[in-house]
Formats: sequence, structure tokens, C-alpha cells
Amino acid sequence: MRRIGIDVGGTNTDGALLDGERVIETIKTPTTTDVLGGIRNVLDGLSHRDIDAVVIGTTQFTNAVVQRSNLNRVGFLRIGLPAGRSLPPLSGWPSDLAEAVRSDTFLVRGGIEYDGRPFEKLDEQGVIDAAHQFADSGINAVVVAGSFSPIDTRQELRAAELIAEHHPKSQVTVSHRLGQLGLLERENAAGLNACLLELAESVIAAFGAAIDQAGLGSQTRLFLTQNNGTLLQIDEAVKYPVLTFASGPTNSMRGAAALGGVDDGLVVDVGGTTADFGALVSGYPRQANAAVEVGGVRTLFQLPDVLSIGLGGGSRIHTDPLRLGPDSVGQRLVTEALAFGGAVPTLTDAAIATGLLQVDGTSRPDLANADDVLEYAAKMIADGADRMKLSSLEVPLIAVGGGAFAVSDAMAGIKEVIRPVQGDTANAIGAALAEVSGVIDRVFHDIGHDAAVTEAIRLATEDAVASGADPTMVEVIEVEDLPLAYLPGDARRIRVRVAGPLESLHSSNG
Amino acid sequence: MTRTLDAQDVDDLAVGAWVLGTGGGGSPYLNHLNMQRIAADGMQFELIDPQELDDQARVAVVSTMGAPLVMQERLQDPRDVARAVEVMAEHTGSTFDAVMATEIGGSNAFQPLMASAHLGIPIVDADAMGRAYPEAQMTSFAIGGLQPWPLALVDPRGVEAIVTQVPTWKWMERASRALTIETGSMAATCKAPRSGAEVKRWGVANSMSFAIHLGAKVREARVGHEDPVAAICSAADGQVLFTGKIVDVDRHTTGGFLRGVAKISGLDQHTGSEVELEFQNEWLVARIENQVVATVPHLICLLDATSGEAIGTETARYGQRVALIGISAPPLFLSSTALDYVGPRAMGYDLDPVDPCP
Repeated sequence: MRRIGIDVGGTNTDGALLDGERVIETIKTPTTTDVLGGIRNVLDGLSHRDIDAVVIGTTQFTNAVVQRSNLNRVGFLRIGLPAGRSLPPLSGWPSDLAEAVRSDTFLVRGGIEYDGRPFEKLDEQGVIDAAHQFADSGINAVVVAGSFSPIDTRQELRAAELIAEHHPKSQVTVSHRLGQLGLLERENAAGLNACLLELAESVIAAFGAAIDQAGLGSQTRLFLTQNNGTLLQIDEAVKYPVLTFASGPTNSMRGAAALGGVDDGLVVDVGGTTADFGALVSGYPRQANAAVEVGGVRTLFQLPDVLSIGLGGGSRIHTDPLRLGPDSVGQRLVTEALAFGGAVPTLTDAAIATGLLQVDGTSRPDLANADDVLEYAAKMIADGADRMKLSSLEVPLIAVGGGAFAVSDAMAGIKEVIRPVQGDTANAIGAALAEVSGVIDRVFHDIGHDAAVTEAIRLATEDAVASGADPTMVEVIEVEDLPLAYLPGDARRIRVRVAGPLESLHSSNG
Repeated sequence: MTRTLDAQDVDDLAVGAWVLGTGGGGSPYLNHLNMQRIAADGMQFELIDPQELDDQARVAVVSTMGAPLVMQERLQDPRDVARAVEVMAEHTGSTFDAVMATEIGGSNAFQPLMASAHLGIPIVDADAMGRAYPEAQMTSFAIGGLQPWPLALVDPRGVEAIVTQVPTWKWMERASRALTIETGSMAATCKAPRSGAEVKRWGVANSMSFAIHLGAKVREARVGHEDPVAAICSAADGQVLFTGKIVDVDRHTTGGFLRGVAKISGLDQHTGSEVELEFQNEWLVARIENQVVATVPHLICLLDATSGEAIGTETARYGQRVALIGISAPPLFLSSTALDYVGPRAMGYDLDPVDPCP
């Protein structure tokens, strides 16, 4: 079973060809303005024979939101009156983004209580009136968000059905599909998704065309990766492009885990400008458990817990007192650093000066403080690793990225430093290895911890299998049990994430 | 002294009130957003010093009761708490001259602003807790032996209730909690009305302007690239008790309260030692190497070590780098009567109170 993973980053588009879990070839190419050029270059540079799947990790959708470009307008329907009137949809959005996205907004009666009782009956006529208005305004991308919809999805689904019936051209994003509890944050995520739908259609069609043109064969399936490091099928990606947000760091950590043969430990990716630390739990990045802003919008996306420090191969050396970064020559390393004939002393120069690093076509720069600089950098990295650690137990650290030379082999609290050979394309390898996931986030009542967790795992597994996971291979990645304050009885919010390999791909692997 | 609150004060209040929440009280985020929208329309709020209240002045005391999670789904509307004040005025047959907070810690700090926005009455610069506490009877008014009834309770669907009489403050907590749970674990309340004289004698004076001041100090420290944790300690006469990272959070609920223990492993000068932080919605007891260093009613605040942002008991998570600070409680909460309401034994700990900043 052969898979190609492609990671489209801001600077480089990387590719990796894997047979099973074995890495056959990797390639690094510059990202092109049209993105597709880079993908074509990667596909042209790798062997093509019998590719079962191409998995692409892309920052395009994140970038569209951050840059406020290529966004379509969105109609909002909130279900929850008579509560929540003072905080309508788009509350708290940066004004430039809100103005780029805003069109008709409706609030209708309805919603759910925390225990699943209806808060109010859904105002179906209000939904129908809204649908007609969306149709009259030519707004096809519509968000439906109802209070406590993850606990009972029926009102949102009924509203979506009515909108489809009265506005056949509409494309509805229902908020419960994007998970988490927290109405405004969930509605925000649905809004970010809906404003990307037109872009998603064209981008994903173009990906498909690039794969077809590369002549990989009619059997090749195309996937994107999502922020939790798992696969997103193309028909899902067209409907839920927002799920691709921040898949880059996740892919990088997943790839590092596979290359380093480590499921639990730390990863550091030292690039040109920053060093990014993450923690691996069961082979997946530990998630940040907090509200996350994307393009200035508050969401509850499950993003990997990443600590970035301003230290990379291109970091400038400052003296009196000695300091490194956070300014960096970045991509201009090969023209501006001392060793490449430039005028800026960088961390890379220090490594070349001491002979730690050999780079063709460079001269050894004359840096009197090179040893001190490397020691300083190693200490910054050791401090960062210590901040990401959760216990005093020693753990392995996988060092990847072009600046990994700056990671010292001996560090307090680190069992060993692993430096995988293909570490500079860990992100593409991580994309190629992505599995299918299932997630559940729900409040359970009066059944106790064990029964609630068992039920949540069953529901999450069902979700993963429905998305194509091999039911015999699904494993639990994460269980979070959060008892809730000020609710009667034994109320607990349980979040479970499971993942497993794609069923059909896996069986063809045998 | 009377002052006018503007949009900047509203932003600063959100930061300061969350610090004074001592881990509980609910994140002020949504209520802050509500007030930002109102403040952006140019509305200003009059904040009056309690000493300027007429002894006969009638003061409404407001809070929203319920579960933070429900507030995140139902999204509170300022009209609800304003309506609770109106229901109380209708019940008692006389209107209010001003409105004040029950609880300055957490999201309830915004309740008087929300009521004021719709009723047009000034806000008294005071509250009845000086922080956040888990139960409604844990107030300076209860400590003062003031009358606990009546109470007005409002749900946006048109449920409006009055608790006309109760024998004790604890019974008011039980009756109003039961009503709150039945309406979906969220309801706006107007507590027993207070006279100007009562607020002057038993209110925690100037707690609203103190919360705003704390928020302003954090903001200034961030802008000036100074240490926000040090700025909070300096503004509140507080002390950094410990710095480290959270290595374990064990949570469970009993009787509707979120209880548990957070463990913090030391960094910097505290490397090698560990803190155990017990909580019951709020941080209640801090132990360093099994030595109790702070308890309720004193304020125990857990802050992000870099940003100075407060960390709640519901959001504390593995790996966060934190500073634990202690602030002495106002003397009002230290009498033996007061400790019956808010001391360690009132929360189930067989401990004498420990002041973190003796």
C-alpha cells in the first residue's frame, strides 16, 4: 500500500512516498504562489507507481481567513430565543472579517437545555422565513447554530432540512458537526467554515485535477488532513474546509513520532526562525485545552499544544550581552549569513564555525564566541523542552527541522535525543500516515464515570467507523472527563477521541 | 467620589474581576462582550462611592446564579438581570436608586453594569464578597446578620419568581438554587434590597474600582513589557507564593460543586518542591510540601506566569506555567461570625485560616 503525503507550508511544499510505514522517498520544493505548482512539482519528483492515496496538508484555508481573502458571505440562523438576543452571530469578530462575511442574520425561538430537554420548541415558520430571505439575497452559505445542539442535534438538523427545502441552492453548516460546547465559539467555527465553502470547492477541484494530471492511476484516492492529525475525505473537506486549520504542526509531530519510533515524548521542530515544541501522547500531539483564536475569531478548535520560541537556524547573534533572535534572516539565510558570504552572524554560522555543521559551498566564518552561542541555544531549547514536560520522569525528545543541530544530546530530564534521518520532511510523512478519527463531546448524567466513558468511546468509535476506519483497529487516543459545577446530580462532560487506519487501505496492505 | 466608567474601564474590569474570581465565578468573557457592545454605542456608567449613598437610599443587589457551562450556551442577555431588579421593585412597591454586585469575582462583576445599562441607575462601587465564593449565603451581608429576603429570580422565558421569606441565609441559597436548577441551571437574581446605611456598614467598599485598577495594572505591565504578576501583587499588596507548572488536575463533582486538587511542580527558585491546591469552584487551600500557606477567606489566585491572566478551576490544565499569589481578605471576613460563613471549616476543611501575607 503506497501513499504520498504532501504538506503545503508557507515556505516549502514537502512530499513523502511511503510503502506501508516505510519511507521510500522524500522531496522538498518551494511553495508556489498558486500552491498547485508546488504540488505538481512534488508529484513529478516522486515515483508514481501504484499510489493508493494522496494525502495533502494545506494552510490555504487558514491563510484565507487570516488574510481575509477569497471569502464568501454567510447567512446566520441562530436557534435559541428568547435567550442570547444581546450577543447575535459575529459578536466579538474583528470588524474587517465580520464585514467581509456578514449578510442576513436571524435569531429564532428554540434550543436545548443542558440535560436534553427542549429549552423552547423550534420556530419552524421563523426558519422558513429566514430561508426565503437567504434565497432572495443570493446567500447560499448558511450557518445553523442552536444552544446545546451537541447534546441533541435534532433542532439543528430540522432547521437545515427546512432551509434546504425552501432554498435549494443553499449549503448549510450545522454547528454541532464542529463539536464543542460553547455556543458562540461553535457558531464562530461554523461561520469560519461557511465563509470558505466557495474557495473549498475550487481548491479541492484543483487538487483533484493535479492528481489526475500526474497520472497516478484511477485507483488513487485523495484526502486532506485535519487539525487533529487524521484524514478528511474529499466529500467532507468540501463541506468542512475549516477542519483543515492548523494541520501543519500536527502533521509534523505525527511524522516525527513515526520516524523516531516514539509514541510518548517530546518533539522539537527547529526551523529558520522558531523552534516549536510539542508533546506526544499515544503518537498524537497533546491538544491545547483552551479557546483558540483563528484570524482573531474565538473558537474551541482542538489544536495541538505548541510552544514556539524565537530560535532557529537563521536567528541573529546579538552581543553584549549574548542573545539569540528573535529576529532571523529566515529564508534569506543562504544569502545573508556570514558563511554564505553575507554580513549577518547567525546560529547556523556558529555551528559551521565550530565544525558541528558542514555545508557545501560555505566557508568557516570567524566567530570568536561560536561555542558560547551554541551553548546559549542549547540552553534555550532545554528550557523549552522542560516547559512542555508534564512530569519529572525522563522522556525521549525527537529533534527535527533544519536547525536540529542546535539541540544538545545531553539535557536534564531527557532520556535520549532522537534525530531521524528524514526529519526535515516529517510534516509530509505525518500527512501520509494520517488515520481516520471519531470524536464525541457530550454531557452525561447520573451514570457514573465508567459507564459514561464506555458509552462515549462507543459513540466515537461509531463515528470513526462511519468515516471509514477499520472497526477492528480503532484505538482510543484521548479521554477527558470534566465534572461540571452547579448542575444537579452527577453531570460530567466527556470528550473522547479515537482513531484507526482506513479500512479499505489497511486491508489492501495485507 | 463619583466617576464615569468608559470602554477602557469595562475592558480592565474583565481582567481584574477574573483575578478576584480566585479560580471561580465563571469567565467574564461573554458578559464583557455584552458590555463592550453597549459601551461601543457610547453608553457610560456612573460609579458612586458607597460613602456618598444616602442612608435611606435603596440599593439593588444583583447576580446571575447557575452553571458556567449553561451560560456559555444560553448567552446571558443584560435585559434579564435588569428585569430581576424591576420584578423586585414591583414586589416591594418602590424603585431603586442604585445597583451593586453581589460578587466582584468572575462574570458576576458585570451584572450591575448590565442592569445599569437598561435601568439608567448608577452603580455602587462595592460588592458583598470581595472575590468569588461558591454559595450565595457567603456574603458580608449574611455575616452582618442582615435580612436575607426577599429575592427575585428571572428566566428569559418569562419565569419570574419571588422568594418572600426564609429563616436563614442558607435557606435562601437552597430555595434560590432549586429555582435556578429547575429553569435550566441559569437565572438572573436580585437579592434582598439594601439601604444605603447597610451598604456603608457591610459592603466591601470600592471593590469595583479595585478590580478595574488591577486590570489596568496588568494592561500597563503588558504594554511596558513588565511582569504582570508583579504588577498585580504590587497593586493588591499580594505575594507570590510559588511559581511552577501544573502537573496534575483531579476534578470531581459532589453536591453540584466542582471539587478537586491541582498539583504544581516548582520552577525557578521553587524547583524541587510541589504545591497542592485544593478547590471547590474556587481555590480554597494551598499547601507547599504539606505546609498550609494560604486558605479561604484569603484570596488564592492562580495566574499565567507570563501574561498574568487568571486561570480558573475549570480551565486549569496540565503543563500551564503559573504563578500562585496570595492576597489578604478584607478584615470584615475574619471575625468568628464571618469564619462561620466563609472560613475553611465552612467549606469542609478542619483548618484555621492562614493569611498568605501576614
